[in-house]
Amino acid sequence: MKLLQNIGKYTLMLTMVFTRPKKWKIFFSRLINELENIGISSLPIVALMSTFIGGVIALQTASSMSNPLLPKYTVGYITQSSTILEFSPTIISLILAGKVGSNVASEIGTMRVTEQIDALEIMGVNSLNHLVLPKIIAAILFFPVLIIFSMTLSMLGGWMALIITDLTTTETYVLGLRAFFNPFHITYALTKTVVFGFLIVSVSSFYGYYVKGGSINVGQASTQAVVSSSIAILVANLILTQLLLLS
Amino acid sequence: MIEVKHVMKSFNGQQVLSDINYQFETGKVNLIIGQSGQGKSVLAKCIVGLYEVDEGQILFDGRNFTSMERFERSQIREEIGMLFQGVALFDSLTVEQNIMFPLTMFTNMTKAEMQKRVDFCLDRVNLTGRNKLFPAECSGGMQKRIGIARAISMNPKYLFCDEPNSGLDPKTSIVIDGLIKDITAEFNMTTVVITHDMNSVIEIGQNILFIHQGKKWWSGDKDSILTTDNPEILSFVYASEFMKEIRSIMQEKRT
Repeated sequence: MKLLQNIGKYTLMLTMVFTRPKKWKIFFSRLINELENIGISSLPIVALMSTFIGGVIALQTASSMSNPLLPKYTVGYITQSSTILEFSPTIISLILAGKVGSNVASEIGTMRVTEQIDALEIMGVNSLNHLVLPKIIAAILFFPVLIIFSMTLSMLGGWMALIITDLTTTETYVLGLRAFFNPFHITYALTKTVVFGFLIVSVSSFYGYYVKGGSINVGQASTQAVVSSSIAILVANLILTQLLLLS
Repeated sequence: MIEVKHVMKSFNGQQVLSDINYQFETGKVNLIIGQSGQGKSVLAKCIVGLYEVDEGQILFDGRNFTSMERFERSQIREEIGMLFQGVALFDSLTVEQNIMFPLTMFTNMTKAEMQKRVDFCLDRVNLTGRNKLFPAECSGGMQKRIGIARAISMNPKYLFCDEPNSGLDPKTSIVIDGLIKDITAEFNMTTVVITHDMNSVIEIGQNILFIHQGKKWWSGDKDSILTTDNPEILSFVYASEFMKEIRSIMQEKRT
C-alpha cells in the first residue's frame, strides 16, 4: 500500500519537475553547476573502478580459458562484451547510485529541513522544477559520457592487465575486442544509461524532497534513496534487456 | 490587508485550527501570539499556502488565495516576503546572492539595478558592505537581518516573520523588532509576526491575535493585553517572575 502511495507521489512530483523553467538563464546556470557536481566530479571514481574491474574481467577470463579449442582472442571478446553489455552501464550506474544518489538526497533533504525549500515556495518558485530538473537533465546528458569513458578505460584496463602478466599480445586482444562487435550493443548500453541516470536522480530527489524531521531523517532518506534507486536500476535493467535485446 | 475567514485545519484527524477569523491590517505590525503548540505557525503557514486549509478562506486585499490555482498563487507569493524561524538562507549563496535571488527570478532588472537594490536592502538592515559573506560566516542576529533584507528585496506588500527573535539575545531582539516596525511603516506593508516573546509584544504589538487550543482566544493591542482579565492571557503574559512583578507595580499604581 505504501509502495503504491509512493509511486503516486513520485509521479505527481515528476509532473511538477517537468514544467517550463521560470527563467532559462537561471536554469542553464544551474545545469552547468549540476553537470560539474553530478558528472565531472564522478570521473575519478568511474575511472578507478573501470580500469581495475576491466583488468580483473580480462584476467578472470584468461584464467578460465583452459580449453585449447577456444581462440586466444576470446579474452578480448569477452572483456568487450561484458563491459559494453553489463559492467559499464549497470555496475557503474549502481556505483553512481551510491555516490550521486546519496549526494542528491542529502542536499535536497537538508534544504527541506532547514526550510530553504519553503523559502523558495513562498517566493513563488516551483522548487521541484528549480532544484530537480537541472539535476535530471545533467544526469541524462552526462551519464552516457561517463559510461563511454568507463567502457574505454575498462577495455584499456583489460589490455594493461593482460600485457603486464604476459597472457596475450596486443594484436590478439584488439582482435578480440573487434570480433563480433555489434554497434547496437552501444545503443542498448547508452539507452540503459539514460534511463538509469533519470532513475537515480529522480528517485533520490523524491526521498530528499519529502523528508520530514532533522539530520537523522536526512541520513535515513539518503540511505533509502540509494537502496531504492539501486532496486529501480535492477528492475529497469531486466525490463530494458527484455525489450531491447530479446524482442 | 489579509483576512482570515473561518479557517479550519487538522492533521491526521487532530484539529489544530478551529474557526479562526481575523483581519491583519495594512501598515501595522500584527502579532500572532500564544504558547508553543497552539497553532500559531500552522496558521501562518496556512496563510502563505504552505499548508492547505481544510475549510475557510484567506483573502489578500480581497483576492481569495484559497481558491486560486498554483500559477495565480505564485503571483501573490511574489508580493510576500517571509523571515523564517531558522532564517532559511540559501547556504551555498553569498549574502548578496541570497538577496538578489528573488530579483533574478522575478524581475527583468539589469545587474546594476539589482546591485543597487541589494545595497539598499543591506543598508536598510545595517549590514552595508557584507555582500560577499556566506550565511555560515554571519552571527545569528546578522542572519536574521539578512533574512529581512531578502524578504524586503522585492518590495513586498505582505511580510511574515516566524519567531524573529528566537535564539537572539535581548538587545539584538530589540534591534530586530525595531527594524520590523520601521520597515512596516516605511513600506506600508501588512506585517504578520508569530512570536511568544513578551518583549516583542510590548515593543511592536500594534494588533495582537492570541491563539489558544487552536482557537482565536483573544485579540487587541499591546495596551489592552496588559490589562485584560482573560485567565489564559494572564498565564501567558505574566508567566515569568519579572512580568509578575511588573503587574503588581501596575496594580499598585492603579490603586
